[in-house]
Amino acid sequence: MNMSDTPKVPSKLEVEDLVIDFRTGGSLFNPSILRAVSEVSFELTTGQALAIVGESGSGKSTVARALCRLYTPSAGQVRLDGVDVNAAETSASQRDYARDVQMIFQDPFGSLNPVHTIRHHLKRPVKIHNPGLNADEVEARVIELIERVGLSPAKQTADKFPYELSGGQKQRVAIARALAVGARYILADEPISMLDVSIRLGILNLMDDMKRDGIGFMYITHDIATARYFAERTAVMYVGHMVEWGDSDTVTQNPQHPYTQLLISAVPEAGRSGRRELKAKKGDIPVRTPESVGCPFAGRCLQAREECHTAMPPVTKLAEDHFVRCFLFDQDTEN
Amino acid sequence: MKTLKRYAAGLIRFYRGNPAGIIGSSIVALILVACLAAPVLTDKDPNKRVARGHQPPSAELVFGSTRAGKDIYTQVLYGGRVSLMVAFSAAAVTTVIALAVGVSSGYFGGRIDETLMAVTNVMLVFPQLPLLIILAAFLGQVGPLVIAMILGLTSWPWGARVMRSQTLALRKKEFITAAEVMGESRWRIIVVEIIPNLISLVAGMFVGTSLYAIGAQAGLEFLGLGDPTVVSWGTMLYWAQSSAAFLVGAWWDFVVPGTVIALVGGGLALINISIDQVSNPKLRTGRYLKIWRRMKAETEAKRREA
Repeated sequence: MNMSDTPKVPSKLEVEDLVIDFRTGGSLFNPSILRAVSEVSFELTTGQALAIVGESGSGKSTVARALCRLYTPSAGQVRLDGVDVNAAETSASQRDYARDVQMIFQDPFGSLNPVHTIRHHLKRPVKIHNPGLNADEVEARVIELIERVGLSPAKQTADKFPYELSGGQKQRVAIARALAVGARYILADEPISMLDVSIRLGILNLMDDMKRDGIGFMYITHDIATARYFAERTAVMYVGHMVEWGDSDTVTQNPQHPYTQLLISAVPEAGRSGRRELKAKKGDIPVRTPESVGCPFAGRCLQAREECHTAMPPVTKLAEDHFVRCFLFDQDTEN
Repeated sequence: MKTLKRYAAGLIRFYRGNPAGIIGSSIVALILVACLAAPVLTDKDPNKRVARGHQPPSAELVFGSTRAGKDIYTQVLYGGRVSLMVAFSAAAVTTVIALAVGVSSGYFGGRIDETLMAVTNVMLVFPQLPLLIILAAFLGQVGPLVIAMILGLTSWPWGARVMRSQTLALRKKEFITAAEVMGESRWRIIVVEIIPNLISLVAGMFVGTSLYAIGAQAGLEFLGLGDPTVVSWGTMLYWAQSSAAFLVGAWWDFVVPGTVIALVGGGLALINISIDQVSNPKLRTGRYLKIWRRMKAETEAKRREA
């Protein structure tokens, strides 16, 4: 691994002021642009997990894909151990970059090729990233990986085709594939949301073991409970913006941003009687463009003030590891 | 090895409860084997005069003789070699071009896609038969190999579009993204991850194009655009026509090659239909009708008992 010469410094995958725009049409000189991700900054460390929570369309997956270099940032940087991964002069090839950052997808049925065996899916990454190994060593490594993710008997599993496995087993194979590369960071894009409730915990615990082994996770979810269970830190996203982030317990137990409060109040609770009104105006989720101003949540926020519609609130530090982007907590503007 | 076994199992599954597939494949296989085994099945030469002109079928001349006194049975066997070779090589050329153009276009997208699709669309709007006639006429009386190339190089655009649309659908699948994130090369993604998923489509296209090529080749040769000295099913029809076989009542002269073309065409069409049914089970009728009838009979029997 390329970190072996500096083992004392913990590895970091940083995102700074990441902006991702998509062209959605328009003419050559007047293109219409969708701002999917706006000024997102965070960092991942090995052996820790960061949960990204938000509703559909909040830009969670887009951030993950940018971290995998599937999308190029429109502005801002992704840095691995201080090196900009997209800069032409410093960037590694996708193959080298893959050795550090891998992704697990939401849909276990779509993430394995139906015409290939499980062995093929694990053999390729092992071969690509360890070109020196001979056939027996590759096979041994594949079997070891299958055992590592808790699938047994390993030999028989290797010979199976994806359709012969259950959703949870497929997701375990997908995790093994990320491990096969030897990645230090795994971006898990809603890895359990399409699985049966009964097998979700098994997958989460497997990822937890891997985290203890020193892999850094970005855990994308819309399930706040699992975010708190699995991740040390949590960031809440709304329409491409990070609105509140910090220590997972603090963010989920003591949410400050009106949107986080709304999101948490939307979690169904056992024993709650009657319907609870959601603490927000009924409004459309805005479509952001580079020209949009103000807080993206202003249109639905019950506490929105005039300034919320005209300017993006600055970051306010509420506690040691608790940040929020909302004018309600901004000292300078408080009267 | 498991992959091989799986293909064999897939083949058995394909033919089980699929009479159209079995009948079609048997017809085509039978004729193909007969043509390949021509030297064993006949001791005559297709180009030699062996009897008087227009002899009706008899024990000696199974399918009779042509106006020039050549044995039609021998000509059908040897001519089939040429006709089937042209059909299958035209189909192979078409399938390879369609696969290459369609998959690259769908996978790479952007400018490559635009360019390739522009070419494809231009090819697509050419009226096929007039184009073939003009090309063949322009090149003179062309041999079977040139006919195969003309057919192969003009009939790929439709297939390329189908391949492209399938590739576009596959490209969005997460296993392709996973391979990209893993650092797999683009060509390996195309060859190892995408193309195996298109196998049924490729098979269907190959059979469909063979069917088209058999007819188109016979048509071109019948019109006299092929080389009439080469024995093939198309030139047999050409000679039957030019020797006024119909007027003199020598029906065997055109019925025999016509029937063989129809048989091969029908067999290929049956294979094509059964491939369609496998890839789109909604088109299946027979097997499910049978199951439904049995279920109906069972429920009625139960009702009567009760």
